[in-house]
Amino acid sequence: MSTIALTRTMREAVPRLRDPALLVPLVGAAVLAYLAVMPLFMLFLGSFQAEVAPREFVFTLKNYQAAYASEYTYSTFVNSLIFAAGSSALTLILAAILAWLVERTNTPMRVIFVPIAVIPLILPGVLESIAWIFLLSPKFGYVNVALMYLFGWDSPPFNVFSLPGMIWVHSVGQVPLAFLMMVAAFKSMDPALEESAMMSGANTWQTLRRVTLRLLMPTTASVLLILFVRTLESFETPALIGIPARIYVYTSEIYLAFNEYPPDYGRGAALAVGLLLLSALGVWLYTRSTREGKRFQTVTGKAFRPRQFDLGPWRWVGFAFLVIYFVGVVLLPFLVMVWASFLPFFATPSWDALQKLSLDNYRYLWSFRPFWDAMWNSIILAFLTATVGMVLTSIIAWIVYKSRLPGSWMLDFLAFVPITIPGIVLGMALILFYVAFPLPIYGTIWVLLIAYVTRYIPYGMRASSGSILQIHSELEEAAAASGASWWETFKRVTLPLLRPGFVAGWIYICIVSFREFSTSVLLATGESRVLSILLFNMFEQGQVTIVAAIGILMILTLLLIVTVFYKVSGRVGIQT
Amino acid sequence: MIQIRGLVKTFSDRRSSAVRAVDSISFDVEEGRFYTLLGPSGCGKTTTLRCIAGLEKPDAGEIEVAGQKVFSSLTGAFVPAYRRPIGMVFQSYAIWPHLTVFENVAFPLRVGKQKLSNEQIRQKVRSALEQVELGQLEERMATQLSGGQQQRLALARALVREPKVLLLDEPLSNLDAKLRERMRVELRELQRRLRITTLYVTHDQIEALSMSNVIAVMSAGVIVQEGAPRDIYLHPKTQFVAQFIGSTNQLFGKLEKLQGEGLGLVRTEVGEISCGVMNELGPGAAVVVVIRPESVVVHRTRPADRRNLIEGKVATAMFLGEYLDCTIDLGKAVLQTHQPHALDLRRGETVWVELPPSDCLALHAERADGSAPRLADE
Repeated sequence: MSTIALTRTMREAVPRLRDPALLVPLVGAAVLAYLAVMPLFMLFLGSFQAEVAPREFVFTLKNYQAAYASEYTYSTFVNSLIFAAGSSALTLILAAILAWLVERTNTPMRVIFVPIAVIPLILPGVLESIAWIFLLSPKFGYVNVALMYLFGWDSPPFNVFSLPGMIWVHSVGQVPLAFLMMVAAFKSMDPALEESAMMSGANTWQTLRRVTLRLLMPTTASVLLILFVRTLESFETPALIGIPARIYVYTSEIYLAFNEYPPDYGRGAALAVGLLLLSALGVWLYTRSTREGKRFQTVTGKAFRPRQFDLGPWRWVGFAFLVIYFVGVVLLPFLVMVWASFLPFFATPSWDALQKLSLDNYRYLWSFRPFWDAMWNSIILAFLTATVGMVLTSIIAWIVYKSRLPGSWMLDFLAFVPITIPGIVLGMALILFYVAFPLPIYGTIWVLLIAYVTRYIPYGMRASSGSILQIHSELEEAAAASGASWWETFKRVTLPLLRPGFVAGWIYICIVSFREFSTSVLLATGESRVLSILLFNMFEQGQVTIVAAIGILMILTLLLIVTVFYKVSGRVGIQT
Repeated sequence: MIQIRGLVKTFSDRRSSAVRAVDSISFDVEEGRFYTLLGPSGCGKTTTLRCIAGLEKPDAGEIEVAGQKVFSSLTGAFVPAYRRPIGMVFQSYAIWPHLTVFENVAFPLRVGKQKLSNEQIRQKVRSALEQVELGQLEERMATQLSGGQQQRLALARALVREPKVLLLDEPLSNLDAKLRERMRVELRELQRRLRITTLYVTHDQIEALSMSNVIAVMSAGVIVQEGAPRDIYLHPKTQFVAQFIGSTNQLFGKLEKLQGEGLGLVRTEVGEISCGVMNELGPGAAVVVVIRPESVVVHRTRPADRRNLIEGKVATAMFLGEYLDCTIDLGKAVLQTHQPHALDLRRGETVWVELPPSDCLALHAERADGSAPRLADE
């Protein structure tokens, strides 16, 4: 009797919980907390812990002592600061000039340079660094060799293995992103603001200085801040150029703490906590500054036709700048990569070397098992991360912006947390988490999937919430008023309308997952090795021409994935 | 067909305390009638409609649609929107851009509880589309339709399920003036033909007056006056209603004495006016005398044996085609009048204004928007 009564009350209780309007947000919050909060908690715990995965917790501060009171602390700090400040400044200057030339001046042929400036986005950071080592290495760098030959110098003018070298390499990799942000800023400026300056008697230069640049100040400041944080978090250039040159920054210290023998997880965790706090501070300042920036808001949702500055004869200087940038910064790294991939060993371009060109590297890779394993892992991970990430963020964005449930802002916050976690810190945190957590996925690609999804949730949120916000709520209410249940509405109306944003977000996450390096470098070992890590390992072993071939194949695969997905989604996509 | 009792809906935003968007309102809509909620934005009319649709959950009260209690705060009953026998047209039309015209209309049939065969669906969609004269456009993408066509499509979609009640949320407000006029007629004809109980929400008094059987004027979450269009226009019960429906002249003053047969004498800024008086008002009350511009008669020479004659000067005279829009300066007040253009008035001309007592109505003066109680206090 009593069991029957019990099951009946349970049956009555369960459907309430099953109500999708209640269940979905709860599950969403749990998933986000598991992905974003748990590892960070383990990281904090680990940084105060005497040993990894202990039987009992022993509190200690010696990790922090080892991390922040060593003889290297000061130099690491200074290196990080110079690297981040120098690189973000250089990136901004390059990006601002490019954006201004193509967007706001009458520089000849400026239109074709917009897509060209964005091309390097497809080039993974690891390859960018390797390409510039090929070009600027003091021993064999092509640019150095060429200049020494041309001018008869007996010492190389450039040394990539230096702080300025690191700054340059990292900057040119960041320019496309900053360029896009600056173009958006220029585009959204009301030309009437400048025209009224002209009408008040200001000449071109005065208008530029007193109105245009002033209006751009808030955007510029926030772009600078985000570049600073990203540089601080980056590990590609510090790994490939910094470590050989013995120039250590925060991220490389974390990596080295993990890679020394025996690995010092405690010190690594303590360093990671410091970097996490720094980056969180940067992100906090960034969100604050962009919110403040609304005061200066120049975006009104109207499409402007921005005014063009007439540069007069100077426009040819602008044109020369664009051409030099295109040839020197965009084209050269690709060319040197292609060239090196056909060489049996690294050699300067010459008649002799030309005769040695062959497909041997590609033939070697064809039968090289680790390459195919890594390629397979990378492709699987890119697809899964993009799909899981976009489905997850679509649902979360819907809850946050459409459900009007109390506490849904918490989800928004949780989904934003990962943006403050530097890649290598996330790797560290996940190691500490899954060493202790009874889920045997450490060392498999599943831990990488979790890491990638966590890292790219904020990007997915951005794409998803953008398109969610564009869906007028009456479109969903009309479905309810037509007799469609919550699930029918979501399936038949919300999801199809989300598709354009979904596709864009999917492609972006797919690209960044495929080239991910700084998290994978700690998590991808043995069987779970991905392409970027294989590149790194083989470069360390000195197989540079095979590395170049892998790089070329990597870029081609990326292009193929993107093209196929565009085609497929375009066919089933919506017409607007 | 629709019964609302004591409906309350509050919204709380983060800073201030809760706002009563709908403050305990009750009304009935009889079967086959066209009932309009009319009021300025923020008066709670759309919230009321959304409560009936089930898109908002009220805080208190009861809602009955077609004999079914769809909401009751007493029993805790709440029927979700998709289980209510309604069809709704939204202000933005809410046409799904990813579906064709046909699929937009077929949607309510496809998601419904009873499964229909494809053939049945096709027939029902066809007849719904033909009702709104969109029969030729079935295979178009919905986004390729013009504003007026989208509006009809939304109507077809709302009707295809053969709902008991049709809810319309400012459906004409996104159309241009010419089209709005035509749709007004079409919508009214369609409603009369189908005899479907309709609840219409609008802020446009012309729409309300021309289409409705019954109008309820709302303000600040309550119904201020309910009645037939003619009634509302000719006998507003409050200053707010008089102001909101049509343009109206207001003369502030004090009620001197009652003269019987609902008439009274009011001392205003421009002199004594004899006019209709609301029941509850007694001598000494601060009142406002309202008169429609088209009721004001203008004479070039002083006529004999007329009441409520005031001398004034033509301040402006604008030719508007149908009539002459003419303002008359009475010294302490300015009257707006509509005159036939045969009466070729010139600026500065001295004229005599007649306010026929049967067209003047003294109402309780509500708000001190500038001059209301001034004269009464003297």
